[in-house]
Amino acid sequence: MTTSVIRELTATARAAAHGPYAECACPARPAVLADRADGTVVRHGGTVAKAHAPDADREGLAARLAVAAHPALASVLLAPLDLPAAELDGRPVTCWPHGTPVDPEAPQDAPWEAAGALLARLHATPVEALPGPLPEMRGPHKAALAVDRMRRTRPPEAVAAVVEGAWSALPPWARAESAPPGPPHLCHGDLHLGQLVRHPAPHGPWHLIDVDDLGLGNPAWDLARPAAWYAAGLLAPDDWLRFIGAYGAAHGPAVPSDADPWPVLDVPARALTVQTAALAVAKATAARRELDEAELALLDACDRMAAVPPELPAGAAK
Amino acid sequence: MQCPKCRAPMQTYNRNGVQIEQCNGCRGIFLDYGELEALTRLESQWAQQAPPAAPPAAPAPAPAPQAYPAAQPPAWGAPQPGHGHHGHYRHQSFGRMLFSS
Repeated sequence: MTTSVIRELTATARAAAHGPYAECACPARPAVLADRADGTVVRHGGTVAKAHAPDADREGLAARLAVAAHPALASVLLAPLDLPAAELDGRPVTCWPHGTPVDPEAPQDAPWEAAGALLARLHATPVEALPGPLPEMRGPHKAALAVDRMRRTRPPEAVAAVVEGAWSALPPWARAESAPPGPPHLCHGDLHLGQLVRHPAPHGPWHLIDVDDLGLGNPAWDLARPAAWYAAGLLAPDDWLRFIGAYGAAHGPAVPSDADPWPVLDVPARALTVQTAALAVAKATAARRELDEAELALLDACDRMAAVPPELPAGAAK
Repeated sequence: MQCPKCRAPMQTYNRNGVQIEQCNGCRGIFLDYGELEALTRLESQWAQQAPPAAPPAAPAPAPAPQAYPAAQPPAWGAPQPGHGHHGHYRHQSFGRMLFSS
């Protein structure tokens, strides 16, 4: 994104924080929190302005914002500031209160219990009570985009074949080619540790942020990224159990409360493993570097999938 | 192999290191010789780990609801969970991965 757009986005955040004409005496300098094609985020004082992707579905975004602003989700999703819809350089812009994120330098302190409990409450929210029509959760679509991005970088054939093999063995719904199984739930669609903030900053309760991929879908998808990290041997077993245990304790509906969760998690965790491996291969190929240890762990997991067909959820074929 | 009950194809799954065959049709499960014993052995090992230890006359302690099933990674997971790359937060690449889509 160009400097001028960042400047304008900063002005948007400043105006949202103080009103358009007020003098600003904020001690902190404005900060660019993220600058990617699918989201540029700038902070000014207690306010954050986000420029979404240029091709963002405007109606979908409006519905997602309405959900984030709904009182039923006040303790789950961070609510946007109540401002009229705006665009900047062809990108929709939204404003949010600033929250304190998970410290990227101290991931060992990550709030896995809060993440599990927040997802349980998100998934258990009755869909009828929410403003709609709600768009689809974009998780499987993002997996397909990641594989597509990998293909366009033309990675070494042997590496691509491992990812493609795992991808092609997935059922159509996990590749965004058909509707997901089971009753639709409200899902986040892109859970990772960057999607949690404390609000009010710095000591308030944890909330989920970033509603760009939120929508109706299979709730196991939201558990699948930590599941994929765990299955690849990257996430410590204790952290995985804190996360999935808190989800179960808060009566999250994605997995059975008294039985093995893996039959339900198997397909989404495979898909997230493929997605993460595909992005790693795409980035490594573009940067002309070798895959590092964590990236290889994901590629190895893709390789092992070939020997074990995806599990059918209980009752699927009866 | 074919299911002896409904003739649908059976798929092999790994459950806690034990290979089991499950029918794609009726979902019935087939165990080879020794596999039931292997599963029973795993179950008793796990029951022994469940605190607190029950007095001899009392019934066996109820399984902790979350720990057992969720702790087992899928068959395609990394071998030897807990001894591989696990907990590599200091590994920069995984540290970044935790925070990105």
